[in-house]
Amino acid sequence: MKRPPVTLVASSLLVLCLAASVLTLHRLDELRGHATLEEVLYVSSPQALKRISLGYSGLLADIYWTRAVQYFGSKHVRGAEDYKLLAPLLEITTTLDPKLLVAYEFGSNFLTAKPPQGAGMPDEAVALVKQGIRSNPNEWHLYYDLGFIYYLDLKDYRNAADAFARGSRLPDAHPFLKLMAALAAQKGGEAQMARMLWTTTFETTTNKDIKANAAAHLRALRVDQDVTTLEELQARYRDKTGHFASSFSELESAGMLRGSPRDPLGAPYKLAAGGKVEVTDPDNLPFIEKGLSIGYIPPPKPKLLPAD
Amino acid sequence: MKGAPMKAAPMSRVFPIALNTFREAVRDRVLYNLVAFAVLMSGAAILVGQISVGIEKLVVINLGLTAVSLFGVVISIFIGIGLVSKEIDKRTLYTLLSRPVRRWEFVVGKFLGLVGTLVLNTFFMAIGVFGALLYVAHHFAKPDAWVLVALYFIILQFVIVTGLALLFSSFSSPLMSAVFAFSLFIVGAFAEDLRGFARMTKGITRWIATGAAYLVPNFSALNVITPVAHGQPVSGQLILYNTAYALIYATMAICGAVLIFERRNLK
Amino acid sequence: MLAIKILGLEKIYNVGFWRKKPKYALRPLHLNVGEGEIFGFLGPNGAGKTTTLKLLMGLVFPTAGTARILGMEIDDPRMKAQIGFLPEQPYFYDYLTARELLEYYAQLSGVAAKERSRKADEVLAKVGLPNVAGLQLRKFSKGMLQRVGIAQAILHDPKLLFFDEPMSGLDPLGRRDVRDLMEQLKHEGKTVFFSTHILPDAEALCDRVAVIHDGELKGVGAVADLTSGVRGKIEIIWSGRIIPPAFKGLGADCHVTGDTVRAIVSEECQDAVLDALRNAHLRLISLSPVRNSLEAYYVSKLQPGKAAAEVRP
Repeated sequence: MKRPPVTLVASSLLVLCLAASVLTLHRLDELRGHATLEEVLYVSSPQALKRISLGYSGLLADIYWTRAVQYFGSKHVRGAEDYKLLAPLLEITTTLDPKLLVAYEFGSNFLTAKPPQGAGMPDEAVALVKQGIRSNPNEWHLYYDLGFIYYLDLKDYRNAADAFARGSRLPDAHPFLKLMAALAAQKGGEAQMARMLWTTTFETTTNKDIKANAAAHLRALRVDQDVTTLEELQARYRDKTGHFASSFSELESAGMLRGSPRDPLGAPYKLAAGGKVEVTDPDNLPFIEKGLSIGYIPPPKPKLLPAD
Repeated sequence: MKGAPMKAAPMSRVFPIALNTFREAVRDRVLYNLVAFAVLMSGAAILVGQISVGIEKLVVINLGLTAVSLFGVVISIFIGIGLVSKEIDKRTLYTLLSRPVRRWEFVVGKFLGLVGTLVLNTFFMAIGVFGALLYVAHHFAKPDAWVLVALYFIILQFVIVTGLALLFSSFSSPLMSAVFAFSLFIVGAFAEDLRGFARMTKGITRWIATGAAYLVPNFSALNVITPVAHGQPVSGQLILYNTAYALIYATMAICGAVLIFERRNLK
Repeated sequence: MLAIKILGLEKIYNVGFWRKKPKYALRPLHLNVGEGEIFGFLGPNGAGKTTTLKLLMGLVFPTAGTARILGMEIDDPRMKAQIGFLPEQPYFYDYLTARELLEYYAQLSGVAAKERSRKADEVLAKVGLPNVAGLQLRKFSKGMLQRVGIAQAILHDPKLLFFDEPMSGLDPLGRRDVRDLMEQLKHEGKTVFFSTHILPDAEALCDRVAVIHDGELKGVGAVADLTSGVRGKIEIIWSGRIIPPAFKGLGADCHVTGDTVRAIVSEECQDAVLDALRNAHLRLISLSPVRNSLEAYYVSKLQPGKAAAEVRP
């Protein structure tokens, strides 16, 4: 039997190995999972990493930033409970490139937020943003981020006011900052303050994850207010008539309401027993504190809808 | 006729070619790099013992394994790029190919010769690393065995890089081969990121990026230096699949080299 | 069986960067070489001799045509085990010693392990390098490398040998040694195919020759035929500067050079010429028939327009 020509054997082997290599890579990726990322836990000194990168730190920063975003995204989609690599990843990114502002913004939003929305590490977030301010003292947005964390998450009104005030003094600062400084100093106007903070975040960010998060919060604030208002109406109705209304049309006939109230997503509110008001689809409205029925368990995967 | 019809196995020709390639590398004084390595490791061991209290082992393993990897990659590229092109330029191939040696046997022999050289080189370097480790830590601990796995993975890296250098050597000049091989080494170190990046794109970009990401050699999986330096174990599955991947990838490169060289006119 | 059978072997190179122009390194060549022959492949530099050899060795692939060596295909390893090749100005791994190279090549040619060392020494002695087995090749002179080249070609006792310019780089003594070696190879029944542009060597050694020029075969013939034929002329040389008057009448062609005269006359005049010299008391130096020379044939094939000159062999 004549031996098959070398070219035939070599080409078939080549194609075979190509297919095999793809399959093997798949398996390797599965096995390693986040192994490359987990190495960031071992980087005890981001400064050393910067020195080793021999002047190519900008490129390396971009790589680490991409990894941070992917890490967060892949974990978020699965509703993870811990994001332990997020802080080190962002720390390394910002050490390699201190001017990568979006990394500070990302950290201030998602390091602070509680799981499964975020890492639930407000102190690390504060440290990150403070580092950002040291490297970029004229970026008003960083002071804003800092104040945000202090006010909403840490409830540290003095530091929040201080941060907003310093930011407001910068030439191109958002006009809201002066007002926020004042309100924080007053320790009052919580709901109003919260709405202003989220609106500012929504309007000033370019990162779509941050925008969607802010939109969800704004909807939640709306819902909380609506529910409060509607429950007050129910209470007044009961004072007047001795019983709670069973439908909105009754409230309408009593002249208390015009039209059928709907939540920010367009679904109608429901009147529940005991004068309570509930939302129809609580799964679509994460972050709300009112309008939930007793025993409601939020889904493990939070739904963040596209920003409106 | 004095010689029987060619029933001798290809190994009877591949092996002498491999041995001769090894001999050439040694006589080319490639093993002198071990001297530089020894100096480096000794200096590091002594320095580390005095400066980085508490993390001596960490630094020695990190430095040692990184040096083994880098030295070896440099050697495999520098010798690999000339494996075929040098013989064509110097026309030493003329008297070789007029003998009953098939062209593919020549390519495979060259490959095995260089890989063998690197394995020997790494063996001596391993002694150096463990020697330095003993010096700073005064005794071996069980997790130190994982350093051997890291060294094995580094050898697998060399197998891939040598295959690539050989592939480029079969059709391009030494300078361009060096550039290509070195670039692929850098890109390959970030292969996992490239695959992640490809997943984020859409449309035709996605096809191209994914294709490139899978074609590029995956060195990130072969780099376990940092975990091993911290005494972390390496899973058996990882060892298995990495071995498979390195062999498959090297085979691909060699098939490419064989295909190119089979039809090459030797001026 | 024919040792070499070349059927229409052709090689065209495409040169140039943008618009490729064809370069005809070898136009379709038809040639046969019998077993046991010494065959000379003659031509000036760049004629296509080396190209032909490279095509036969499988170093370069033909654009058209085929060839069979010892009845087998060009890429057949069984055939390669029975041939030896000496390229032009050979170069070997300079980090090896002569013995190491020969043993390596012997191994690749399938020589048994216990024979290799013996054959290496044997062959080095044959080419006149008995004492340098342990010397690194980088220290060899050009002539020594040429001899090593021949050594590696004959090492495994091949039936058929291909030499490309085997005399290049050798001094006259070396050339004689190589000629003797090639004679010996012929006596051993081997076939030798060699290319050269040195005609006296070809004339002395070859059974048959081919002339190639500009990639094209211009002529093939047996040396005996090409140089035979006393063309009915004889050449006489005598000392002195005097030409006897009788010579003029015989239609002789005379030249005076220094202290001798050289004349060419037709064969029939031989006796008359000798008488004339005796009568003039001139001392005869030599008398010999004029032969066609290979050089004449060569030149005639290269420049068909010019008449073949009667040149001193």
